[in-house]
Amino acid sequence: MARLLLTQDIAQFLYAEAELLDERRHDEWLDLLAPDIRYWMPMRRNVKFGETDREFTRETDDICWFDEGKDTLTRRVRQIQTGIHWAEEPRSRITHMVSNVQLLDASPDAGPAAGVRVKSRFLIYRNRVETETDLLVGKREDTLRRDGESWLLARRKIVLDQNVLMTKNLTFFF
Amino acid sequence: MPMNGTHGYRPGLVDLGSGQISREIFVNEDIYAQEQERVFARSWLFVGHESQIPNPGDFFTSRMGEESVILCRDRASKVHVFLNSCRHRGMKVCRYDEGNTTVFTCPYHGWSFGTDGALAGVPFFREAYRSALDKAKWGLIEVPGLCVYKGTVWANWDASAPSFDEYLGEFRRFLDLILDGWDGREGQAELLGGVQKWVIPCNWKFPAENFSGDTYHNISHRSVDLVGAGPSGQSRRDYSELNAARKLHVAIPDRGHQTITYMLPKDYEPRPAYQNSPEVAEYFRHCEEERRKRPGANSRMIGAPGEIFPNTALLPRQPRTLAVWHPVNAHTTEVWRFYFVDRDAPKAVKNFLRDYYIRYSGPAGMTEQDDMENWNYAHAASRGTIARRYPYTYEMGMGHAVENYEWDGLRMPGRVVDLTKAQASEEPMRNLYRRWAEFMEADNWDQLMTWRRQAQAQAAQ
Repeated sequence: MARLLLTQDIAQFLYAEAELLDERRHDEWLDLLAPDIRYWMPMRRNVKFGETDREFTRETDDICWFDEGKDTLTRRVRQIQTGIHWAEEPRSRITHMVSNVQLLDASPDAGPAAGVRVKSRFLIYRNRVETETDLLVGKREDTLRRDGESWLLARRKIVLDQNVLMTKNLTFFF
Repeated sequence: MPMNGTHGYRPGLVDLGSGQISREIFVNEDIYAQEQERVFARSWLFVGHESQIPNPGDFFTSRMGEESVILCRDRASKVHVFLNSCRHRGMKVCRYDEGNTTVFTCPYHGWSFGTDGALAGVPFFREAYRSALDKAKWGLIEVPGLCVYKGTVWANWDASAPSFDEYLGEFRRFLDLILDGWDGREGQAELLGGVQKWVIPCNWKFPAENFSGDTYHNISHRSVDLVGAGPSGQSRRDYSELNAARKLHVAIPDRGHQTITYMLPKDYEPRPAYQNSPEVAEYFRHCEEERRKRPGANSRMIGAPGEIFPNTALLPRQPRTLAVWHPVNAHTTEVWRFYFVDRDAPKAVKNFLRDYYIRYSGPAGMTEQDDMENWNYAHAASRGTIARRYPYTYEMGMGHAVENYEWDGLRMPGRVVDLTKAQASEEPMRNLYRRWAEFMEADNWDQLMTWRRQAQAQAAQ
């Protein structure tokens, strides 16, 4: 029962987070990020069966799509807020669909510092200017940290189901 | 319009007398189709780096123009570049991005090829072919021109092309700025793992001309300059030494390569930089000091964006990267971006640079994002019937380039525009399109090697 409630609580957190992004409330979104957050999105290679260890570019060692801390995520938000970040000006219309919320491990009784690892699927629809449309689908693996009544996002690994990125830029958040 | 042909590019489409260039060269699909034959099938193209294939059997699947190629090291350690297509019915023999193998086996009918390209296995060779197929004739198609230069691998489909060294001409020193170590030692560049590949909706020449030396597009990057993404968190780049330098456009006229570059004064003392981390600051301080001690012009040069004809862009320093603008169709380009660090730099330095590269360049790069938006909509807005009637102007700085430019005892090759006061010129773009038109007009490499004719004429006199 406790696990069910926790799952529900976490899912609600993830939906609320997506709402902030889709409603362009980026300052409030930044408040959900732990000061030491790592936000990581590797690139993916086509590799031979059995060589899955080289499928993803490595965190901290290799080139990735994103490998960020709070400082650079904040700068990215500020860049959009300048109003002259042409790749997001005029603003894109974005919807995050978040589903398949699965708790990987959780210790709800371990006190206020307890962390929860949660996996989910995302489907991001972006439409901008007139007819430009992107669809990005994949998985996220998050670590959430207790913060009073709510949670902070302490880590996010984003796995996009693409090899060559079929979107001209990544000016939005996953 | 050159609908069937080969002529009419100058002065029709590329009018260098008035500095006007037709929008057709960006959006016309017939011109695009001819480029595949006349530009990409004859030029030296960047395919990868030796460090991607250190061991026998290692391969990296790359691209030349529209087509997939395999960069591979055979069992005897020889480097090859093959067209990634089975000789029997065309299936790709390799659909992995990289790996190690003893053989490339076609998944369609099972022909298999060694890492040296030789046709090794043919199912039912004795029964169906009656042992008559001449296997020696049907190996993987290999590029006739291959050059490994300071670790970078370049290839050319035209057997009559000059050597890569001759093709580069006096531009080599600018490529060296990226491939040599920060301290000036030769060939110290190491490729970071992972090649960024992404698709952008514009003709390949939009990025090619931008990287040729567009110093005029500051407004594009005003937002990143305001929030700061440079190595110390300020602006886009940290280049305090540029205040003491001459800012130049250098264009190599008979080759079609061009770049922005900076020349430091003879007695320049390096200033502290990269102050956020003591280890990183110390590394660069040491390298700068070593670099200044070296003989040769490059100890006083600071690299900046440039373009090797036709589609390889270099950024030697901040960030340190090569990009290839692969044509997909007239309206689409696939970008491959490769990032470099000094091989023996401390881990902390590599990490620091990697973080900076990612936030600067690529599809998530706070700088490159805004470039791509401009190329995207510049291309789209140039496709219309009415739009195509109106050429673009490239007249900025016409008549102000000089040869034998020299400052404080250092001479530059090619045609040079001093930008220290002027800030910008379109000399590099005119140089790119002059060479592009020559390629589109010429029937063979004999006609394209204009420098040899000049040398012969001089010898005859």
